Amino acid sequence: MPKVSLNVNGKVHHLDVDEKTPLIYVLRNDLGLKGTKLGCGLEQCGACKVIVDGKAEFSCNTPVEAFEKSSITTIEGIGTPDKLHVIQQAFVTECAAQCGYCIPGIIVAIKALLDVNPNPDDEMICEALSDNLCRCGTHGQILKAVKRAAKEISL
Amino acid sequence: MTLSSSFGNNPDLDSWLQFHRDGRITVSTGKVELGQKLTTALTVIVAEELDVDPGRITVLTADTDNSPNEGYTAGSNSLESSGIALRQASAKARRALMEKASEHLEEPVENLSVTDGEIGGATTNKYVTYWDLIGDKHFKITVTDDVLPKSPDQYHLIGNPVPAVGLEALVTGTMTYVHDMEFTDMAHARVIRPPNYHAQIQDLNDTEVRAMPGVIEVILDGSFLSVVCEREEQAIWAASKLARITVWDESKELNSKDIFVQLKNNPRQSLPVVEGVAKESPVQPFRPPENSSKTLSATYQRPYHMHGSIGPSAAIALYDAQVLKVWTHSQGIFPLRLALADVLGLAEDKIHLVHVPGAGCYGHNGADDVALDAALAARAVPGRPIMLKWERADEHAWEPFGSAMQIELQASLDDTGRVIYWNHETFSDTHMSRPSAHRENSRLLAAWHLQSPRPAPPVKPTPGFHTGIHRNADPIYDFADRRVVKHLVHDLPLRVSALRSLGAYANVFAIESFMDELAHFRDMDPLEFRLAHLSDNRARAVLEAATSKANSGFSSADDGHGRGLAVARYKNSKCYVAVVIDLIVDDYGAIQLLRAVIAADAGQIVDPDGLRNQLEGGLIQSASWTLKEQVKFDDKGIVSRDWESYPILTFAEVPEIETVLIDRPDQPFLGSGEATQGPTAAAIGNAIFYAIGLRLRRIPFTQDRVRDAAAEV
Repeated sequence: MPKVSLNVNGKVHHLDVDEKTPLIYVLRNDLGLKGTKLGCGLEQCGACKVIVDGKAEFSCNTPVEAFEKSSITTIEGIGTPDKLHVIQQAFVTECAAQCGYCIPGIIVAIKALLDVNPNPDDEMICEALSDNLCRCGTHGQILKAVKRAAKEISL
Repeated sequence: MTLSSSFGNNPDLDSWLQFHRDGRITVSTGKVELGQKLTTALTVIVAEELDVDPGRITVLTADTDNSPNEGYTAGSNSLESSGIALRQASAKARRALMEKASEHLEEPVENLSVTDGEIGGATTNKYVTYWDLIGDKHFKITVTDDVLPKSPDQYHLIGNPVPAVGLEALVTGTMTYVHDMEFTDMAHARVIRPPNYHAQIQDLNDTEVRAMPGVIEVILDGSFLSVVCEREEQAIWAASKLARITVWDESKELNSKDIFVQLKNNPRQSLPVVEGVAKESPVQPFRPPENSSKTLSATYQRPYHMHGSIGPSAAIALYDAQVLKVWTHSQGIFPLRLALADVLGLAEDKIHLVHVPGAGCYGHNGADDVALDAALAARAVPGRPIMLKWERADEHAWEPFGSAMQIELQASLDDTGRVIYWNHETFSDTHMSRPSAHRENSRLLAAWHLQSPRPAPPVKPTPGFHTGIHRNADPIYDFADRRVVKHLVHDLPLRVSALRSLGAYANVFAIESFMDELAHFRDMDPLEFRLAHLSDNRARAVLEAATSKANSGFSSADDGHGRGLAVARYKNSKCYVAVVIDLIVDDYGAIQLLRAVIAADAGQIVDPDGLRNQLEGGLIQSASWTLKEQVKFDDKGIVSRDWESYPILTFAEVPEIETVLIDRPDQPFLGSGEATQGPTAAAIGNAIFYAIGLRLRRIPFTQDRVRDAAAEV
């Protein structure tokens, strides 16, 4: 008897997992959605962000049962290598990834921002990324990519 | 032509390049991709030399069964070693193929040309392709020094922007890091570390944990404790429970006295450094010349810094039929194999390591240690692949940190204000503790805690050219007389190893801060003062390019605005970098970086976007170390165990960066990945001085430090 139902990337899954399992492990290990990254498990680095009912949220520390009534979008639900989302294309154009480990969480945060506000100023962008960390120092390229994406979405 | 030293162990052309019948080319390298875009640069080099579309090329990174052994991917050496090796191998392959084509087409080699692997002649309509000639076959020749690669004027790819390899996978989350690998029947493990380096297990009753859901095995070997479970969250819960119930003997504490006092008072070995090389000879006394009119002194300090990879270290190990296979993000799988063989008592040929990318590591972090952790777990649960990940606190508390350093400088000036004597002394622990074969000892963490422990080997000074402590200790300026001393200090409290740029970060910080202090003392412009002591034209060119760029299009008359400049040549032999920083210090002592300008000369540019990313990324990382970072510890252990207690630079805090690349197509390419670390720190310190008149000599320059410095005035 499946214990948990989860709506991820437009598809409903019925899963036999402990309902206290943090969402990220269900996404990665049960649904095979490995794009969501485990960084700290402490809601401090943003690598694990997913979109929950339109808002970017941490997935590393909240039990899966808390998401049962929500609609979740992961990085895989935003675009694919053959069909990049405009935000992802902008990241490629600006070469906005080094090791890339933080990038899915950042793109998720930006997708949630641009869905609500396609024309954000610098402060809003930095606010949306205030709890996303990048250690390679790709910040400049990432900010350029976000602005490029915003411009193309607003066209 | 001198052949790359990488051919020493691997002279066969076939070990570097394979042509396939379907038109693909696979390239092997002993180096690994760390997010530094090495794969892209190597692709461009091979595509250029062979005249093929870069899309045909796949770069396979290191695997102990299939790759050339090129040691570590470290020290900004990869392009200079693997890049040159692949260029020479490709040139040799091209020549061999042209000779085959010449026979085939009955046309002399000098009449042949190549377009995307298709060889045609000047007087014939016939053509033949690389894949026809050698597809799925072997050359069976060695790379020799008689084939010259192309000259730069024949290039059409190198130096132009190319799409980085694999970016689509990175931005869609489809890139497979070692953390993402999945195997049938894979189990998950976590390790439970002691509260600190010295603590040992006194008592553990694991009955309750063994009864928890999904627990397959609790592994206890001495004070090494690990748990293997069916599911990942079960491993986390079981590990967390084990951490709570284990009783540790914590009677031996860390020495948490002021680290800079320890650096001066602990036993040490001192070696003179001459032209970048430490010598096994007595240190000459400090003796400023008699004609000096003034000698100034200053002391600079950096704390322990952390690599702080965003992805905690991870490895997968499978122990099956007496053979151990490990998937690892280590920077050196061949040396790691030696280290694992020692600890596990396995023959080297029973261990197969495969490199799989991890998150950026910036030096020697937990990547190698976690490979041993996973191997120990796999040995206890044979036949099942074991994924072992560190938790965030493991990474923060157990990675080998970048060494704390103290640098003491003196400069003697003559009547005209020229520096005629320079004294540089660096006090530091080692910067090089990467694993290798150490017999009864080991540098792998878990080995220290086993029932039959293998403690870390004693640390010895490394005499080489610009190695750890004395990397960039020898200034690039034309000082007539100089004395450079490295002091390897023993018995320091924390575990340390290579962190991006090693000693260069703090040595350059000290030198370039002191140059500014001397300029100020002489009432000279910092740029003019540097140029007056600098005859290296490439160093002069980056200084001038950076200041000229900084002067155009930016000015600030705000209170608390300051601009700082610094320059260095990494390892005195690699990439030249000058950095200009504009920043503001507010009334409360908070620092905001406004803008940074980098001017760099990395010789011949292979991939401009990749180069820019490395330089700018290094600047941001260094700014983060310099403004915010410090490993905190007390006598019970490491205190900074998460991102709140060890904050790093955020998006709101990064400056706008402009980078000027000076291309030197006629010069060899120079390693660049660590070149901005030192100049950035000094440029920030110098900018703070011009902003508020306070000279900060102890990193990090936090708001509290600025306030303390202001209070001291």
